[in-house]
Amino acid sequence: MLRTFMKSIWGKLALGAAIIVVAAILPLLDISIPGVLPGPTYTPGTLTVLAYAMLIAALALSYHLIFGVAGLLSFGHAMFFAAGAYGLGIILKLLAPAGMPESVTFIVAIVLTLLIALVLGNLVGALALRVTGISFAMVTLAVAQAMNVLIRRNVGGLTGGEEGVTLTVAVVPDFLVGVVNTRNLYWMALAILVIVYLACVWVERSRLGHVVAAARENELRVTVLGLRPYLVRLFLFAAAAVLAAVAGIGFMLLQSSATPRISTSDFTLTLLVIVVLGGVGYRWGAIVGGIIYTLLDQRLAALASADWIEALPDVLRIPLSEPLFILGMLFVAVVMFAPGGIVGLSHRLTSRRGSKKEVEQPAVLQDMEA
Amino acid sequence: MSTVLLLLITGVGLGALYFLVASGLSLIYGLMGVLNFAHGSFLTLAGFLGWEVGRRVGDGTWPGLLLGMLVGLVVGALVAALTELIFIRPLYNRHIEQVLVTVGLGLASVALFEGIWGTDPIQIRLPEWLGGTTNVLGANIPNDRWLLIGTAIVVLFLIVLFLQKTSYGLVIRAGVENRTMVTALGIDVRRAFTIVFAIGGAAAGLGGVLASVYYGQVSAHQGTSLLIYAFIVTVIGGLGSLTGAAIASVLVAVIQQFANFYLGGTGDLAIVLALAAVLLVRPTGLMGKVKH
Repeated sequence: MLRTFMKSIWGKLALGAAIIVVAAILPLLDISIPGVLPGPTYTPGTLTVLAYAMLIAALALSYHLIFGVAGLLSFGHAMFFAAGAYGLGIILKLLAPAGMPESVTFIVAIVLTLLIALVLGNLVGALALRVTGISFAMVTLAVAQAMNVLIRRNVGGLTGGEEGVTLTVAVVPDFLVGVVNTRNLYWMALAILVIVYLACVWVERSRLGHVVAAARENELRVTVLGLRPYLVRLFLFAAAAVLAAVAGIGFMLLQSSATPRISTSDFTLTLLVIVVLGGVGYRWGAIVGGIIYTLLDQRLAALASADWIEALPDVLRIPLSEPLFILGMLFVAVVMFAPGGIVGLSHRLTSRRGSKKEVEQPAVLQDMEA
Repeated sequence: MSTVLLLLITGVGLGALYFLVASGLSLIYGLMGVLNFAHGSFLTLAGFLGWEVGRRVGDGTWPGLLLGMLVGLVVGALVAALTELIFIRPLYNRHIEQVLVTVGLGLASVALFEGIWGTDPIQIRLPEWLGGTTNVLGANIPNDRWLLIGTAIVVLFLIVLFLQKTSYGLVIRAGVENRTMVTALGIDVRRAFTIVFAIGGAAAGLGGVLASVYYGQVSAHQGTSLLIYAFIVTVIGGLGSLTGAAIASVLVAVIQQFANFYLGGTGDLAIVLALAAVLLVRPTGLMGKVKH
């Protein structure tokens, strides 16, 4: 009875609403999870970590659209995140002297940033989608690399080189500024995650989403039906770019600064790791992966400076004090032994208890001729 | 005129470095459809170990450097073959997962190198001659470029010889052409995979030691940054084509040098524009074949 209810649309809605409510009241509670969170849930430090994790989850969701839904391996997705963060920072700085009311400036800056991301997404997508498979991956990588170089070079004195861009606090609404308002920033991150999630659901459920998924499975058949995979993929690519920029805007407001690190190809590789760890092809996989990865990353860095690690011989100490090494090997293990990731594993476990139906491997990871 | 000549020869020298990395990438991709993200790590590891061994024999001497190159070659081949056996082979025919595994290995190994050798680049000492220049028609060419160009030509020659004259070379060439057919003939393509991986790794390992000569230092990120250029070279040259990789390496490096000098350091941007232009005109790359 409960099982059928949970499987129905109302059950899913109820579960989703419950999760959102719990997440929303976290800043008002005093919950400590030692070893996972740096402190009680109402403290700014913990809220910042959680907000960051949710923004990364939102970014991973937008990447899920490209990798999980369309089956395209993009290595340049971080550039749209950077476009959001840098775009907001730069435009606010440029608009600040204009003397408009702060709320107007703020909204104009956000709209302009999203427009830039839309244009950028269309340009990059239009070029990269001319090729498929591994070539697509490499074109996105090359473009992202060029973008990263431009940001580092401090073109036009706008991007601030290695130092990056800081948020012009004067034109940001007061309730989003300062440690005192960390709670508001946390809620903003939660809102962004929910919005991006709903946008992903909408895109995936639309006819366009179905065409994209069909083209992932069999491009030839879609073409024969008279549909153009190129155009729908381009739309999806641009949509994912805009959603990534939304997460980037949230990142800028939360961290008050952006450095070239967020535009590197390594950062996109992290996204890939997140999506695969969580479970390719599952929306929840991106969210779970994003949150678990961020928390693991934070905790492993703290672990590296622990006393008992310092006391170990070099052979054990060096690998254990490099979070990225542990995460990288974890990722390799997941790819080799648990192709469905965390969410895939849990699906497999629950379905084995319930029905005998085998949960199939996510379609993206089935042999894709590159 | 001498500036143009200088840029041209240094460009070819850099292209030689790109070729050492890209040749393996291209062969591996051509035969197996795997884009190897761990390739940069083979290079970095070989660079570090080659330096460690070389300086113990003689820091800044020819025997030290030559032994370092040999160590780099062997380390690259061994690590690549092991990677293929342990991580790639179990995921037989699952291309995307094979790529993902190499991505994970690439990330993890760079972190490990940082842990062992530190995050800062290590300056290395070179034989005296490599620090000097040779005058060619009025242009003072740094001598290390000759070493790079010479090695790359030898490597290209040896790989071509291997592919043309040996029976494994025949299997590999046929496998690049049509893998299904070769398997259907009852030939074990898997051993050819391992060999191609080892060859690619050896070339990358040699490239790793030479990269430390070129930059005068070794660092944990050296391989990763070179790998991106190698990717671009591989796409421009046409995936799976050795000749394409050779031509594109030189082309890309020369364009990069000229743009850096004449267009105010826009080399990286120029390469990406070149990549875009090639893809718009010929999506399969300069020497790439149309896949059916």
